Amino acid sequence: MTPTSAPAKVCSSDEAFFSGHPIIRFILLQNRQGKTRLAKYYIPLEESEKHKVEYEFRTHKVIYRRYAGLFFSLCVDITDNELAYLECIHLFVEILDHFFSNVCELDLVFNFHKVYLILDEFILAGELQETSKRAIIERMGELEKQE
Amino acid sequence: MSGGSGGGGGGGGPSLMDSLFQRTLDDLIKGIRLHTPGAAQSSFISKSLDEIRREIKSTDLQTKSTAVQKLTYLHSLHGVDMSWAAFHAVELTSSPYFLHKKTGYLAASLSFRPSTDVLLLLTNQLRKDLSSANQHEVSLALECLSVICTPDFARDLTPDIFTLLTSSKNFIRKKSIACLLMVFSQYPDAVRVCFKRLVENLESTDNAQTLAATVGVFCELASKEPRSYLPLAPEFYRILVDSRNNWVLIKVLKIFAKLAKLEPRLAKKVVEPICDLMKRSEAKSLIFECVRTIVTSFHDYEFAVKLAVSKIKEFLLDTDLNLKYLGLQGLLLVAPNHLWAVLENKEVVIKSLSDVDRNIRLEALRLVMSMVSDDNVTEISRVLIGYALKSDPEFSNEILRSMLTTCSRNVYEIIIDFDWYVSLLGEMARIPHCQNGEEIEYQLIDIGMRVKDVRPELVRVGRDLLIDPALLGNPSIHRILSASAWISGEYIRFSKNPFEIIEALLQPRTNLLSPSIKALYIHSLFKVLSFCLHSFLFPTNSSLSRVIDEPDFTYSESEGEGETKTFSNLFTKESTVNMLTLVVTSLTPLTETHDVEVHERVRNVLGLAKLAQEEISREVNQNDFKTSIIVRLINDALSEDLGPVSLTAQERVVIPDGLFLEENLGNLDTICANVNIPVSESFSLVKHVLTDVDYVSSQQNEESSEMSGVESTSTSLLSKHRKKHGLFYLPSDIPENDSRNFPPANDPNNQKDNDVEDLVRLTEESLVLKRKSNVPRPRPVVVKLDEGEKFTVTRAKTESNDDLISGAVRDVLLGNESSSYKGKSHDSHLKDGKSEIGDSSRRKSKKKHKNVEENGERSKKKSGGRHKGRQRADGGVNVAVQNPVIPDFLL
Repeated sequence: MTPTSAPAKVCSSDEAFFSGHPIIRFILLQNRQGKTRLAKYYIPLEESEKHKVEYEFRTHKVIYRRYAGLFFSLCVDITDNELAYLECIHLFVEILDHFFSNVCELDLVFNFHKVYLILDEFILAGELQETSKRAIIERMGELEKQE
Repeated sequence: MSGGSGGGGGGGGPSLMDSLFQRTLDDLIKGIRLHTPGAAQSSFISKSLDEIRREIKSTDLQTKSTAVQKLTYLHSLHGVDMSWAAFHAVELTSSPYFLHKKTGYLAASLSFRPSTDVLLLLTNQLRKDLSSANQHEVSLALECLSVICTPDFARDLTPDIFTLLTSSKNFIRKKSIACLLMVFSQYPDAVRVCFKRLVENLESTDNAQTLAATVGVFCELASKEPRSYLPLAPEFYRILVDSRNNWVLIKVLKIFAKLAKLEPRLAKKVVEPICDLMKRSEAKSLIFECVRTIVTSFHDYEFAVKLAVSKIKEFLLDTDLNLKYLGLQGLLLVAPNHLWAVLENKEVVIKSLSDVDRNIRLEALRLVMSMVSDDNVTEISRVLIGYALKSDPEFSNEILRSMLTTCSRNVYEIIIDFDWYVSLLGEMARIPHCQNGEEIEYQLIDIGMRVKDVRPELVRVGRDLLIDPALLGNPSIHRILSASAWISGEYIRFSKNPFEIIEALLQPRTNLLSPSIKALYIHSLFKVLSFCLHSFLFPTNSSLSRVIDEPDFTYSESEGEGETKTFSNLFTKESTVNMLTLVVTSLTPLTETHDVEVHERVRNVLGLAKLAQEEISREVNQNDFKTSIIVRLINDALSEDLGPVSLTAQERVVIPDGLFLEENLGNLDTICANVNIPVSESFSLVKHVLTDVDYVSSQQNEESSEMSGVESTSTSLLSKHRKKHGLFYLPSDIPENDSRNFPPANDPNNQKDNDVEDLVRLTEESLVLKRKSNVPRPRPVVVKLDEGEKFTVTRAKTESNDDLISGAVRDVLLGNESSSYKGKSHDSHLKDGKSEIGDSSRRKSKKKHKNVEENGERSKKKSGGRHKGRQRADGGVNVAVQNPVIPDFLL
């Protein structure tokens, strides 16, 4: 559980396209072997760019936290509040844990669409949406009934 | 399985078999996990892709949905391209089944890009789902739109989002609010339609999540262009005081950090509540946000800063590495305005240099660097060198790098004792794993050329590096050795023992050097050799010339005399002959070398050495030596100092009479009218540069005249000197000098006292070691000019959209007549009944309002109270007077 903050790196063309940035640029889940388990980008990136993304990304910082074998990374603005986003990651993990009752890496792999649904309830347009674990779990229950 | 029954269903899709035996997502994932990563896995993936391509064409939506889902999985986790399936994703979104719709939207939001061609096909479906009675469908559409929003989507769907802003379902409302940020950024005109409802949501206290989303949007908007949101300050203030939601408070703090910079009265008002928060809150994130806000935006309030620094201290002493890191970061933010805070925590900072966490170490290093000033640079450098020696190679180099950049900033602004600095550079070279050879090389030579006084010490440092055979084994510092060799050759007259340097330059391990550096070694050898021969052949001359040539080094007079003595002892016939033998024997093998540069230089040295060897051994009268003449000539040529050359030196060359550059150019243009592209580029260069300079200098005039008023007499003396010797100053100084007027020939005043006074001043300067502190003084002016120009240019380019947004916001908030006209025409263009009504009624009230305001402005003080009442009545939009001023009741 170490904090990171990456220094500025080059800006590329897409930056101009999206002048109104979402606060969270992307969320990334990776295991210890570096395999991506979940990725959602709130800004349009070229495929080639997506895989370049590591711990330094343009002029932003990546906040990450490790849970067992999984790294949860959030890319936010350089001026954003690190602790708040660490809490945010923790909340996300708690929700996953609750939803899959004792979540493990494989749950995320086999239910990737559900994880995306949870994520969408949690973060929208790069903004944190819902801070109540109960509300999200309830919403997920309703969504499952829809199917 | 291509299936014969394909023709039946239409579309030539897959057979029933395919649908029946379709792999599910689980099967696919299990399959991938069964195959070992590498060739086996990728062949399995491409096989599955073939299946998906077939299945996706199915008319059965279930089959199609599963195929798209599998493809989405492969796309998001294995990087498989799925742009070809965009149409199928759109198709799924229109399915009546929620499951299919969900899959379609997921695929769209993960894979669509602004360039996706079927994007527009999605517009109608999005509109339909946004107005669906099923809240989950609305939410799906909003989620998708927030990711793939384009200007077209934003324009077409603004009315639908507008409707959703008043939805009775909180979670729909909050999602549509979050979505607004994307819509605004893509289509600024949407602000005119939706802004009022957004502000209304700011006042809604019924739902914390809605408020959080609204504040989030405002926080982002205000971070781009805060001025427009000043009128909303009372609302934010209320939230700051009332809210208990940390997330919201953090956002509001961010907004105030921006606003307070624009309106000092606001700062006075909010600094108290922020301090209260800081004292009261348990949440570290909120406390840190308070600290950050205080030290960046409210650093004039001593009591607040003190409180913030005490909180930073708590962070620093925490065992949690994250908090410690943030503590350091907080200190870094305080540093520019309150260095005392850093000095107070000096020990923790220095200790952090050896922390286990790399980021903490880097942050501590940056802090240490922020403390450096001309008083403590020696002390801090000593500490840092110590850390560099015991740190891992990566961090050790990081330390060296920041030391080098800090010390060389503004032409070595903070260095007073150059002798010390030069020996520090030498020390750096000896640190194991030193990777900064290039920078050290540059600085050694740069200092040699700029600072005359330091040359004896420089030669000593260079010698110590050169004679150490161990250093030759480390390729990363070869560049430093090359600088040392150059220095030893160039300034050999300061050397106590030139023979020693010849031996060093010829030592066997030099064959480890690359040819280019080797060539430099041999060229330096040539210089040293000719110096030695000169000293031997003209013994009195040389010692005399040492004193005459370098009057500014008389400070070391006693030492110098001693040297002269040893010199005359040094250059005996025996020693010279020995030296020549050494040179000839060591260099002869190198005549076989394949590198032309080395070869050439070896030939030169050998030619001189052999000639001298022959004549000296013949024992004829020294004055008849051919060598004497040659050596004198060579020595005269070499003894001329090389100075730094300004980048714009070319421009200062006066154009000789009879050369009409511009006329010729005109002719050329007419002659080469057809082929003007390459010609004009290469020939009009001079003209262009001159006009540019004209432009710059005319702009500069104002500033520089201001400057000259402020400058003390001593600096003005110095600037005179600069005018005369601008050639030897750095290029960036030039514009300030107004280079058009520069050429001394045009300035009789300058010309007159040029020679005599100049020499006197030069010597004075070199005696006063602090010369350098005067050199960089005018630099900031120049730099500012450059940056300013660039800044305006880039801003004009990049912020156009933000400007549009803030323009629209200002129109809405301030009720600007003319532009709400624009808004009106646009609204009707949108043809949305609801928004039309809501909007026009608002406009009417605003019109009225404006009239009242114009009257009221004169008696503003009196009507302050009523003013407020009216605003409240007006749906809560805080309409301020034209000039965005904080409404009085806040202050």
